[in-house]
Amino acid sequence: MGYPHQPHLKETVVLSQYFGDAEARTYDGWVKRGGYQALEKALAMEPAQVIEIVKQSGLRGRGGAGFPAGVKWSFMPKEKKKPHYLCCNADESEPGTFKDREIMRWTPHGLIEGCAIAQYAIQAEVTYIYVRGEFTEPLRIMEGALAEAYRHGVLGPNAMGTGKRLDMYLHRGAGAYICGEETALMSSIEGRRGNPRIRPPFPAAYGVFGMPTTINNVETLASVPHIINRGGAWYKSLSLSHPKSTGTKLFSVCGNVKRPGNYEVTMGFPLGELIDELCGGVPDGRTLKACIPGGSSVPILNREESESCKLDYEGCVEQGTMLGSGGLIVFDDSADMVYQIMRLARFYAHESCAQCTQCREGTAWTVRILQRILAGQGEAKDLDLLLDLSEQMTGKTICVLSDSCAAPVVSGIKKFRGEFEAYINGTRRPRPVLVHA
Amino acid sequence: MHETTYEPVFTGDRKKQLDQLLPRFPTKRAALLPALWMVQQARGWISDHAMAEVAEVLGLTPAYVKGVVTFYTMYHQHPVGKHFVQVCTTTPCNLCGAEGVVKAFLEHTGCKELGATSPDGKYTVIEVECLGACGFPTPVMIGDDFIENVTPEGVPELLRKYQ
Repeated sequence: MGYPHQPHLKETVVLSQYFGDAEARTYDGWVKRGGYQALEKALAMEPAQVIEIVKQSGLRGRGGAGFPAGVKWSFMPKEKKKPHYLCCNADESEPGTFKDREIMRWTPHGLIEGCAIAQYAIQAEVTYIYVRGEFTEPLRIMEGALAEAYRHGVLGPNAMGTGKRLDMYLHRGAGAYICGEETALMSSIEGRRGNPRIRPPFPAAYGVFGMPTTINNVETLASVPHIINRGGAWYKSLSLSHPKSTGTKLFSVCGNVKRPGNYEVTMGFPLGELIDELCGGVPDGRTLKACIPGGSSVPILNREESESCKLDYEGCVEQGTMLGSGGLIVFDDSADMVYQIMRLARFYAHESCAQCTQCREGTAWTVRILQRILAGQGEAKDLDLLLDLSEQMTGKTICVLSDSCAAPVVSGIKKFRGEFEAYINGTRRPRPVLVHA
Repeated sequence: MHETTYEPVFTGDRKKQLDQLLPRFPTKRAALLPALWMVQQARGWISDHAMAEVAEVLGLTPAYVKGVVTFYTMYHQHPVGKHFVQVCTTTPCNLCGAEGVVKAFLEHTGCKELGATSPDGKYTVIEVECLGACGFPTPVMIGDDFIENVTPEGVPELLRKYQ
């Protein structure tokens, strides 16, 4: 449901069914709506059975990478020799993405239930829910819901009366996009600077506190109770295009669009239809110019590509981009692509952890070149310089922040070269940058 | 050091609160971010003295604690205005006019530049990177309050609530 809007007939409402329903936030309200039945069901199974159902469902990571969730869980050691941990990644900071915030605000018990099921499946003693520091309201709501879950015996030493122990804690971030990267998130929980770590070793072998760890996104975990309740086959049947993309996905639509908000559709839904019908299209008198379908880290689509893009993992790859987090940024013909790409590059320059040279220097250099172009002081060779620099920033660092900066720059120059050239050759008036560098 | 006397943060209830957090983690170091939040909630910012106290309480070194404080943008290393205003200007909000909202805050608070505190000490205004509420442009944080759909025209009335 495109909260704050009424659900559209073409939506497939699963995760967002109770968005806007304040009663669903409470333990009693959640139980009345069938909540915690999936956890009860899962706790009566063997952990391996739970993993098998999630594998069957085809659920893939909703944070951006799209890795099959059940397969990820199966990487955890079967024979437990050390403590295991689950981390729920609620550090939602990818520009264009605001779905996890609504999941936490409206269905906190749904997330707790999903975490508890995953925690049991991977045999973890503790779940850390890492919430970005700015999300004061989701933090407050999650804190209240966790206290309720402990009070009602959902969590604690005798979870759901089964004698099994499930502990879950909130961990507040403090303003760092990079902590949404899974290894940086673990560093941050450990009380360190949020620096990503080289993989391997992968978290399932050596994760938070050096112990086997699984990290999943909020939306991934919130989908799990529905899969346990209704079965892997049901979830797998939700697919409009490619069979390897299953289930529903929340798309956060924003930018130049009449009705921004979260829309839940079946995987494979046409991007053009989402913008035109569900979101009411671009503002009156405007036309669609471009789209970023998966949060700011993925390549930009032009109008034609946007109109033929199917919203699933494979459909986005076919158009040369990625589904990412499902943060859909819409640009109409009034958007200044050079300025907005500079603004994206500045985001990455600000958020670089500064460990790797290519990223620390490359993101800042990219911003300087783009600002020079905007100021009317660019040269023709600057575009080649940007492309060369972007190539040096791709696939060469510990994490993909640097690649993410390069993606909109490279696709932007390729698809909107004329706008860059207009600043360089003086046919477009220089545009000063408002604020700090 | 401009502080001549330093009142420790972790005494009484706050010390108890911190001690209650420790069993959540296998290491004391992991309580660092929560401890720094407690300092900032108590004092409004995190001074070098406070960093040294946190280091002492958690068995870390002051330099280590400073290294962590400087990594995270939400920890204030200097005092800020009574109301700390953060305006999102990243691309999705920028497309919807967020820079106009920043200008309106700078104008109506009397803060001459971003990051500076107004002469009356009431406000500090900064730009912030993506607040994660892109469908509600422009989101603004004032202290711990998260406000959606702020427009330049709405800024004066909003500020009246934060005096």
